[in-house]
Amino acid sequence: MPVFYGTEIVSRLMLGTAQYPSPAILAEAFQHSGAGIATVSVRREAGGDQAGQAFWQLIKNLDVTLLPNTAGCYSVRESITTAQMARELFDTDWIKLEVIGHSDTLQPDSFALVEAARILTEEGFKVFPYCTDDLVVCEKLLSVGCKVLMPWGAPIGSGLGLNNPYALRSLRSQFPDVPLVVDAGLGLPSQAARVMEIGYDAVLLNTAVAKAGDPVAMAAGFAKAVEAGALAYAAVPMPVRDMAAPSTPILGKALL
Amino acid sequence: MKINVNGESVDTQATTLDELLVELGQENARVATAVNEIFVPVQSRSRQHLSTADRVEIVAPRQGG
Repeated sequence: MPVFYGTEIVSRLMLGTAQYPSPAILAEAFQHSGAGIATVSVRREAGGDQAGQAFWQLIKNLDVTLLPNTAGCYSVRESITTAQMARELFDTDWIKLEVIGHSDTLQPDSFALVEAARILTEEGFKVFPYCTDDLVVCEKLLSVGCKVLMPWGAPIGSGLGLNNPYALRSLRSQFPDVPLVVDAGLGLPSQAARVMEIGYDAVLLNTAVAKAGDPVAMAAGFAKAVEAGALAYAAVPMPVRDMAAPSTPILGKALL
Repeated sequence: MKINVNGESVDTQATTLDELLVELGQENARVATAVNEIFVPVQSRSRQHLSTADRVEIVAPRQGG
């Protein structure tokens, strides 16, 4: 299995923890997904409801590796302070770095992302950058110390799938030894299988499972799709051709 | 003294960040803190003095994607 910053992952499916109908369904979806990494966030602890404390108990019981995010941050400074708070809260130096540049598409601000990744890496963080599929931006992220890349498939929460398969394939061929994760935009298990079929190491998704009519069944579906896609990539798919090639032998066919 | 805590105006007697957390009943909660946009680690809260109009952020674990 792929290794992220020295840690071998147990599943190629990484799952978010937001938007589930209930905490019980969240927990059951995780069980059926087989996911070994869960994304989490930090938010204001409002009033006396102690919602964060209850969530902490829930997430501890999932027995998964936590990957805190900097979701909603629009600047280098904001994302760094959020990462520092997340490191203390979740007791991990892993950080899914999001620096958003556009509020409608939630497209990363690539310039700020590289700068924040550089600073956080210098501070000892293990940065998982949520990035676009831009080859040069990905090169810059690697040059400042990122050891994993997480390009988007499509805008967060859109369910559009893979908007630019060519760019994703290009990243795979340019960085054969870098763990690559498609993060965001997936809506269907077939799209996750496609990600695996082009040689990616994992997928990270949330809304596709949490907002499905039956999140538990959808989690199980994604688990099978990711496994199938990874098997297909390892098995080396047949070459594609434009013309038909009969599979049944011509030789020995009766003359009728 | 009036300060801002998580976006709301709060009248406090606390002079340090750890005193503020006691005042808010958060001293034993799993929270992280920042003052004026600068992260303040747990071990520094007792040395983090508060002044009028300071902006304090208190965050906890939450669902995320």
